[in-house]
Amino acid sequence: MVTIAEVERVAELANLELAEDEKPRMQRDLNAILEYVAQLGELDTTDVEPMAQVNDLLNAGGGAGADAGHGAHLRVDMLRPSLDRARVMAEAPETDGAFFKTPKVIER
Amino acid sequence: MSTETLVEKPAKIALLREGVASGAVTATELAETYYARIEAHNPVLNVYLALSKEQALEQAAAVDLAAAKGDPLGPLAGIPVGVKDVLTMQGVAATAGSRILEGYVPPYDATAVARLKAAGAVILGKINCDEFAMGSSNENSAYGPVRNPHDLERVPGGSSGGSAAAVAANLAVATLGTDTGGSIRQPASFCGVVGVLPTYGRVSRYGLIAFASSLDRVGPFTANVRDAASLLEVISGADDRDATSSRRPVPGFAAESDKGVRGLHIGIPEEYFGAGLDPEVREAIEDGIAALESAGCIIKRIRLKHTRYAIPTYYLVATAEASANLARFDGVRYGHRSAQATNLSSMYKLSREEGFGAEVKRRILLGTYALSAGYYDAYYKKAQQVRRLLAEEFVGAFAGVDAIVTPTAPTAAFRLGEKTDDPLAMYLADIYTVTASLAGICGVTVPCGKTKAGLPVGMQVLGPHFGEAMAFRVARAVERAQID
Repeated sequence: MVTIAEVERVAELANLELAEDEKPRMQRDLNAILEYVAQLGELDTTDVEPMAQVNDLLNAGGGAGADAGHGAHLRVDMLRPSLDRARVMAEAPETDGAFFKTPKVIER
Repeated sequence: MSTETLVEKPAKIALLREGVASGAVTATELAETYYARIEAHNPVLNVYLALSKEQALEQAAAVDLAAAKGDPLGPLAGIPVGVKDVLTMQGVAATAGSRILEGYVPPYDATAVARLKAAGAVILGKINCDEFAMGSSNENSAYGPVRNPHDLERVPGGSSGGSAAAVAANLAVATLGTDTGGSIRQPASFCGVVGVLPTYGRVSRYGLIAFASSLDRVGPFTANVRDAASLLEVISGADDRDATSSRRPVPGFAAESDKGVRGLHIGIPEEYFGAGLDPEVREAIEDGIAALESAGCIIKRIRLKHTRYAIPTYYLVATAEASANLARFDGVRYGHRSAQATNLSSMYKLSREEGFGAEVKRRILLGTYALSAGYYDAYYKKAQQVRRLLAEEFVGAFAGVDAIVTPTAPTAAFRLGEKTDDPLAMYLADIYTVTASLAGICGVTVPCGKTKAGLPVGMQVLGPHFGEAMAFRVARAVERAQID
């Protein structure tokens, strides 16, 4: 069972500030979902290698047309133009044109 | 308003392109016609969030000029298309259906968008969806739900609900959507259109506002299978800007889809026809299977025993990845920053609290929980292990069959508000689609009959990794049978 305190702890980890009235709802939903996913425990996965993404599966066997292993197609490491700074900075909530401005990081 | 005027089938791409090439119709006229129809119906359907009329008319004029001069035209020359609002388009507001990105105007095109433009397509605007593509009904959009053109009291499905509804209502000839756990296939099924889940790596994700990077795919919606194949041809292929994009050659999907299906082995997995499947949906899909058999397919009953573990696996993997991907929305570089912030920490927290909707917060919390110390092995690692079992099960199945056929969703479109109070019930709307997402395989959903109430039913045709051509062929055969 996830407690309200755990909901608050996870929210803190995720940089979310939940309103007081959101917390019981999130607690209820998280418990319902976690109870449902607990069925994965029925499966014995002792010798199963975790699969983070499918590329290794696609490359297995290396048959005709298979992609070479992950990382074989890294782009050439050379200078090239990037997005125009003025256009990128124009999207920032607060900027001096060169830097993103934020409230003080270190408070004294 | 009567849905009779809303539901309208777009003309075929080949026909429209021929018209533009011959001068029978101009791309500009086509675009204007579509904008007029959007103006008439968008207030009801809520499909488009932003129109890119200036860019569209410039592109149309360029196509018309090329046609007049007899210059070679792209494969989508003059075709009016719409793009789900989780893909960036330079100079046009992108929201991802979220308040946190309100006012954000991307400085670049997503690769899929750039390829549509290069093929001559005229992009009409950006299309509504569930916030950050998280949802199965389009009700999680911060900009209000899209309505299903077949029944305005019902959802269009999600998360690419707007992209599906746009094609169903002829507010675009074709659209792009994204599919992480079923977000193209399920809404296509609910709206009676064709939707494609390409193999993972087939289409570049560059410019796709990320939800779950190991699952996210970009794919087309169209009114018929051949047009879907044509669109996929255009957007597929290697991209230096997405290291997971595949270098495999892209087949001529449209031509491949013309091939017949006689002698093909079609697998029917028992697990997709069990409890929870609406009897009317089952009946429609069985009619579709019978049609495939009449067309010369060999029907083979198969088992995919881990199917029931797919939803729990998916909701752990997807939320874990989402919790990491959505950390970038912090009020610093783009999007919403809270006016209440007093220091850096409160700026992060308040900006996110104010900017994200309930479902997004729920998934960030679940994903953070699954990744947190003490729970990682029990949840995230366990889900990754089961993911491998699910994927290997499909690889094994495709050793014995050419394609696998299932219902796309357990029911036809449900009512607005029906599942909004129960996240788990909403998640189960993806029960037949998340498996292919986890395995990285491809699939096409094709209209396959209707319920007694006249709601569309979709059949999901799954193909092996990089087997889109096969899925298109089988879907074409179902389409030809015209099950009603």
